[in-house]
Amino acid sequence: MDGLITGISGPTVTAKIGGVKLCDMVLVGHAGLVGEVVRLEGEQAVVQVYENTLGLGVGEPVVGTGGQLTVTLGPGLVSTMYDGLQRPLERVRAAVGPFIRPCRDIPPLDTAAEWRFEPDRKAGDEVGAGEVIGRIREGAFVHLITAPVPGRLGEVRSGSCTLAEPVAHYEDGSGIFALQKWPVRRPRPFRRKLPPVLPLVTGQRVIDFLFPMVRGGTAIFPGGFGTGKTILEQTIAKFADADLVVYVGCGERGNEMAELLEEFRTLKDQRTGASLLSRTIVVVNTSNMPVAAREASIYTAVTIAEYYRDLGLHVLLLADSISRWGEALREISSSLEEMPGEEGYPTYLSSRLAAFFERAGAVETLNGAIGSLTMILSVSPPGGDFSEPVTQACLRTTGVFLMLDAALAHSRHYPAINWAQSYSLYAAGVTGHFTARVAPAWGEMQQRCRELLQREETLREVAEIVGAEGLQDGDRLLMMTTERIRNEFLCQNAYGDDAFCAPERTAAKMGAILALHDRAEAGLKQGLSLDEALAGGA
Amino acid sequence: MRLSEHRYRTVASVGGPLLFVEGVVNCRMGEMVRIIYPDGTAVAGEVLKISGRTVLIQVFGETAGIDLGAEVIFSDAVRRAPLSRSMVGRVFNGSFEPIDGLPMFIPEQWGGVNGLPINPTARACPEEFIETGFTAIDTLNTLVKGQKLPIFSCAGLPSREVAAGILRNARLAGGGEFVVVFVALGLTHHDYSFYMDALQEMRTGFVAFVNRADEPVVERLLAPRFGLACAEYLAFSCGMDVLVVVTDITNYCDALREVSTAREELPGRRGYPGYMYSDLASLYERAGRIQGTAGSVTMLPVVTMPEDDITHPIPDLTGYITEGQIVLSRELHQRGVFPPVDVLPSLSRLMQRGIGPGHTRDDHRRIADALYRHYAKGRYVRGLEAVVGREGMMEADRVMLDFADAFEAEVIGQGEARRGIGASLDAGLALLKRFSLEPP
Repeated sequence: MDGLITGISGPTVTAKIGGVKLCDMVLVGHAGLVGEVVRLEGEQAVVQVYENTLGLGVGEPVVGTGGQLTVTLGPGLVSTMYDGLQRPLERVRAAVGPFIRPCRDIPPLDTAAEWRFEPDRKAGDEVGAGEVIGRIREGAFVHLITAPVPGRLGEVRSGSCTLAEPVAHYEDGSGIFALQKWPVRRPRPFRRKLPPVLPLVTGQRVIDFLFPMVRGGTAIFPGGFGTGKTILEQTIAKFADADLVVYVGCGERGNEMAELLEEFRTLKDQRTGASLLSRTIVVVNTSNMPVAAREASIYTAVTIAEYYRDLGLHVLLLADSISRWGEALREISSSLEEMPGEEGYPTYLSSRLAAFFERAGAVETLNGAIGSLTMILSVSPPGGDFSEPVTQACLRTTGVFLMLDAALAHSRHYPAINWAQSYSLYAAGVTGHFTARVAPAWGEMQQRCRELLQREETLREVAEIVGAEGLQDGDRLLMMTTERIRNEFLCQNAYGDDAFCAPERTAAKMGAILALHDRAEAGLKQGLSLDEALAGGA
Repeated sequence: MRLSEHRYRTVASVGGPLLFVEGVVNCRMGEMVRIIYPDGTAVAGEVLKISGRTVLIQVFGETAGIDLGAEVIFSDAVRRAPLSRSMVGRVFNGSFEPIDGLPMFIPEQWGGVNGLPINPTARACPEEFIETGFTAIDTLNTLVKGQKLPIFSCAGLPSREVAAGILRNARLAGGGEFVVVFVALGLTHHDYSFYMDALQEMRTGFVAFVNRADEPVVERLLAPRFGLACAEYLAFSCGMDVLVVVTDITNYCDALREVSTAREELPGRRGYPGYMYSDLASLYERAGRIQGTAGSVTMLPVVTMPEDDITHPIPDLTGYITEGQIVLSRELHQRGVFPPVDVLPSLSRLMQRGIGPGHTRDDHRRIADALYRHYAKGRYVRGLEAVVGREGMMEADRVMLDFADAFEAEVIGQGEARRGIGASLDAGLALLKRFSLEPP
């Protein structure tokens, strides 16, 4: 499985090497750059290199590792910031300084850290594959340590342990470790998928009330630059009602990530009171980090998210932005000289994307627990044009579409979600839940709110021609009410106390606006002037 | 390092700035080569692609006069930038050769040209206010240290006057000043001399990398990388605050497209290569601050939007990478407002951290929000005025019209004079008071 480099073009390397399989991970050159076999042609393998190939020479060695690109899963993932290949950036920084240089031998999980292992089974027990033999507590999370293959347990440890040594042995002497490796491109198994019905409360009124999310659902919000995608992603990351958040900075800004880290370190999770970082895992590949690793980053993140889902947790995966992943795919495809599809994107863009979205869902895990993996992804369409391939491919598979509107953003209406164009396929089921649990009038108010906003749209066109003065009192009242809905309800300041709004408060707020409207309308019917009706209403 | 020099006379084909050499053994990606023309001239080149024994080389210089008998010498080394404090005050061309008549400096160290990505965990959040002297920027779209904030201009708008104004007037909180790295890409001689005059007036130091309109296109791709390597050195090794002005990114992207087409790569939107986002990011993302290090790199690229179109790939991709944008408006320029900044589509993403107590003034956010909100309303009403006429409008709307006009004339418009942040905020506050629109 050793070979030599015969050609290099950007991040694509061809090598003369035998004995490797498709998707195998290989180490390229004297520096041992990580790469993945993407094509086999006779004795030649085409390798996608995940690091900068500058200075790489023809004739340098290529070594097969005999396995696929994997992530390491186990205690110690939480609060860590990884790059797209799961290198722990804090420890990389400690090793090689503030600039990212190639460095080897920094394992993703700290193997020296001490954990407490609590065994469920004892020596002499027969265990089946996937059966839980014990657990390790990591903050609020309990990691289940499972037997990889069936067999009879020999020695089982208890108490303090590290990830470097086995926590138990089989009778034949082979060890069971607290960490496991999983190929990033293979979805983790579960018993069965469940229909997603429970709401995921984001704390954003416009989302929870008009376009609700569910646990195990998928959502996208496309928007041109400056429409507030990143702020919205981060606000949801802070307040959403999930056990664990995996945040992927995919091809975005470095300063933004630094800001996020600092904020998450200091901010408290309002449910538990602990630091937000203690429920967050960050995977980051900024726009100037190697493009192939950017392609891998969302898979690294989703595999980590699935691992926590399998512990019976509700996990939220946020990615900013999936368009950068699409572009990485396009760059790689073009360096492989593949036939391009629409706008230069490879023809497999939509199938890859659909397969990725399918890794979301509410599931019954192999251990019988209920877990969910929800995805909320931002999309950055070039020129703010939603007809481009990535947005369109996402639209075919996603359950919630939140359209970010440049015009709203320019008038500083944040979150700039366009209420006329967005939709949620989960709305019907979730509205029932909110009506039953939060406010009996939830469904009715939602309907009225939509109607008012819709009628305003029509009235606005009239008002632009005849002037607001020319409208009838009833219509002017409607315009006033919808203005309140827009300014006081749909707008939400991401920085103040209003950044999170519980469903109860959402319902109360909408109730108050509608009640005022109803009183004023009743006043108008009795023949009062608009000003009198409003005064009476207030 | 190899012990002997590898020389080849096996050029197979030449086209544009690209050269194919055959039968090459053991060369590396990005390796520097020298090409000796039949008449003895030597130019530099770089390995772009290796396929077996055939090597594609990009030539930094004129390829006219080359023939298939040219000699290509491989160096076994990738391109490095010579770095030293004595760069300050010097003018170089796109290949880092001095063009100010003085001899080359002696490097203190050599650094990579493309730079390495800053580890996101090592970045310090940009939050130190920079006073540019322009109210439209300082009050409403505040620039902070370590930010990258492009100026989106249109052909014929005074982007160079705005950029030069910032060069002249920018001050750090506490009155500190910048070292400027000025990168001119494809500038006409006329523009170039304008900027050089502005730089000569500055009290602090500058380093200039100049690639004029008639100079090799390939050097246009190299000059900003040298400029940024130099900025990173001055900032992170010497602890200086560096302001990098790159003008014009549109010329850079056109050069990228030209070279990409010569390489017969698949074109993306409007013929620009598909990797333009990553390529631009490899420039813009080099701005920033590093924890525990004194210096900073702040970037002000100038982008001329072709056809005044903000959705054109160049401003579009730029806007996706940078932390906001300052958009110049043709309409304001025609009405004689200087600087003609349209504050509605302009944005500074890092403003939040750089203003308020400890940075500028406690009432900064309130004043900015109030000005913005009322001006946005005024602009909306202006649209209605075109339909219903001023007479058909409510009194409140007419007030907003007047407010928008006064805001453009008095707050945005300030002429050549420098305004401190205090004066800028006071101007905004005075206007709000005059229209009885107190910030709450």
